[in-house]
Amino acid sequence: MSNANPQESRGAQLLAWIDARFPLSKMMKEHATEYYASKNFNWWYVFGVLAMVVLVIQLLTGIFLTMNYKPSAAEAFASVEYIMRDVEWGWLIRYMHSTGASAFFIVVYLHMFRAMLYGSYKKPRELLWLIGMVIYVALMAEGFFGYLLPWGQMSYWGAQVIISLFGAIPVVGDPLVEWIRGDFFISDITLNRFFALHVIAVPLALCMLVVMHILALHETGSNNPDGIEIKENKGPDGIPVDGVAFHPYLTAKDLVAIIIFLIIFCAIVFFAPEMGGYFLEHANFEPANSLKTPEHIAPVWYFTPFYAILRAIPDKLGGVILMGGAIVVLFLLPWLDRCEVKSIRYRGWTYKFALGCFVVSFLVLGWLGLMPAEGVYTLLARIFTAVYFAFFLLMPWYTSIEKTKPVPDRVVYHK
Amino acid sequence: MSTDEGLSRRHFLAVATSVTAGVGAVFAAVPFLASWKPSARAQAAGAPVEVDISKLEEGALLRVEWRGKPVWVLRRSQTMLDRQAGSSAELRDPESNESDQPDYAKGEFRAVKDEILVLVANCTHLGCVPTDRFEVAPADLGPDWVGGFFCPCHGSKFDLSGRVYAGVPAPTNLTVPPYRFVSDDVIVVGEDTVEGAAA
Repeated sequence: MSNANPQESRGAQLLAWIDARFPLSKMMKEHATEYYASKNFNWWYVFGVLAMVVLVIQLLTGIFLTMNYKPSAAEAFASVEYIMRDVEWGWLIRYMHSTGASAFFIVVYLHMFRAMLYGSYKKPRELLWLIGMVIYVALMAEGFFGYLLPWGQMSYWGAQVIISLFGAIPVVGDPLVEWIRGDFFISDITLNRFFALHVIAVPLALCMLVVMHILALHETGSNNPDGIEIKENKGPDGIPVDGVAFHPYLTAKDLVAIIIFLIIFCAIVFFAPEMGGYFLEHANFEPANSLKTPEHIAPVWYFTPFYAILRAIPDKLGGVILMGGAIVVLFLLPWLDRCEVKSIRYRGWTYKFALGCFVVSFLVLGWLGLMPAEGVYTLLARIFTAVYFAFFLLMPWYTSIEKTKPVPDRVVYHK
Repeated sequence: MSTDEGLSRRHFLAVATSVTAGVGAVFAAVPFLASWKPSARAQAAGAPVEVDISKLEEGALLRVEWRGKPVWVLRRSQTMLDRQAGSSAELRDPESNESDQPDYAKGEFRAVKDEILVLVANCTHLGCVPTDRFEVAPADLGPDWVGGFFCPCHGSKFDLSGRVYAGVPAPTNLTVPPYRFVSDDVIVVGEDTVEGAAA
């Protein structure tokens, strides 16, 4: 620029040059330095950022794993062993990826539970919740496709069971199963296409969905532990009086959470990557054998609540419908909850009690999914499946009779 | 031409273009979706298998592979056949009307020759391989168990003809593959007596 201030630094000149061609400063302002979120965020508000950290870990380690992994039935198992034993630091990259998968679900489950605590799915954030649910389903698909790749016994029989679920659909079920496998059994062909889905299709969709999720969040603004809309109370400068800029205030807080998270993450990667068989199942240290099912098969822990629901029903189609239904009801949450008050701080005992029952049923079902399907376990699975669905299906009733407390106008600090 | 007319004309053209493009997109999707079907090579690999059963003793189970699936050949003893005869009351589909088998393998024993049972060893629930539990009244399966197959994945139970018991998740009896006897000692799995008559 001819009339540029000679005092202006080189950096500022470069920024001006870019801003004239790409909305860099504008985006920074809109999404960071002038994006205002509530000043009373608590620790429940770190899991969204942590999920993004895990996404980056998974993308990075995943790219490096593909450089040595071979997606063929003859070579897959050996190539994973090769990564673990012969590739320099291969074990670290692979353990980061396998631990990252479990970490992803831990932070996402806590992130979703935060939304249930503070009513973050309610108007005007219904679409934000729906996009988040699609991310969750995509994540489950990603975990499932990825689990076949090591081509161990649990990989193989886990995939056999999950793909067979589609066979329960009347009429089109069997041809559909054959179409998904691309063969008459789970073969090299299936492995190869799952690899393509795991490394290209689903990650691409996930990244785009995450961008949509953040755009939707920044459109409505973040919820807060009091469940009030801070945008409704703006100062003379047009900034919400209860809001602080995401950057630098909340990024500083998130950084602390990221450091704590990484300490725990590294401790698991270094000292307990198998997590006693929960993160990496023992049966998967044996190569896939299409003629022999392991004595006891269980999915990885993050699928077990739904798996327990599937097994609780002594009917193939019924079990599949209920398992799918357990995920579908989550999508409907914004419309099942009839209560005007968002945050659990000001909600009545009915919702608190119901949410408590839901958490217990989810945890117990998760544990039951790891146990054999017999006797008292099956009975318990049936009881807690009923509790799980009762939480959602009775919600329109118990949230409409709920006695709520008065909601404050401004956010509140709790010591 | 008035503005209204122009708008409706534009609206029509926009809809017509979108519909045409939509039809094109559907047709363009066909090759991609069809590429997921079993390829010519995968179909060719499903050839019939010959099994020598001359050394198969009474009560013994032979495991062979056909189309990548485990297939059982069981030589049932007379006691085994007698034992399961009384169990039909607790079965979901005792006549095999809703199950998958060639016509010659229907009925109580689901076999061409009563003593030789041929089954695809994938549970009709979610495809695990059941275990053979031929002993009578073991501790874990209860005093009424007369011998059969038990799926450890989700607890489905089948009798010695692969017929499913009621009250378990598996919906139908174990599948009988097409097979034929070449001689008394040799069977071919994956092929019928009559050309192309696979049920």
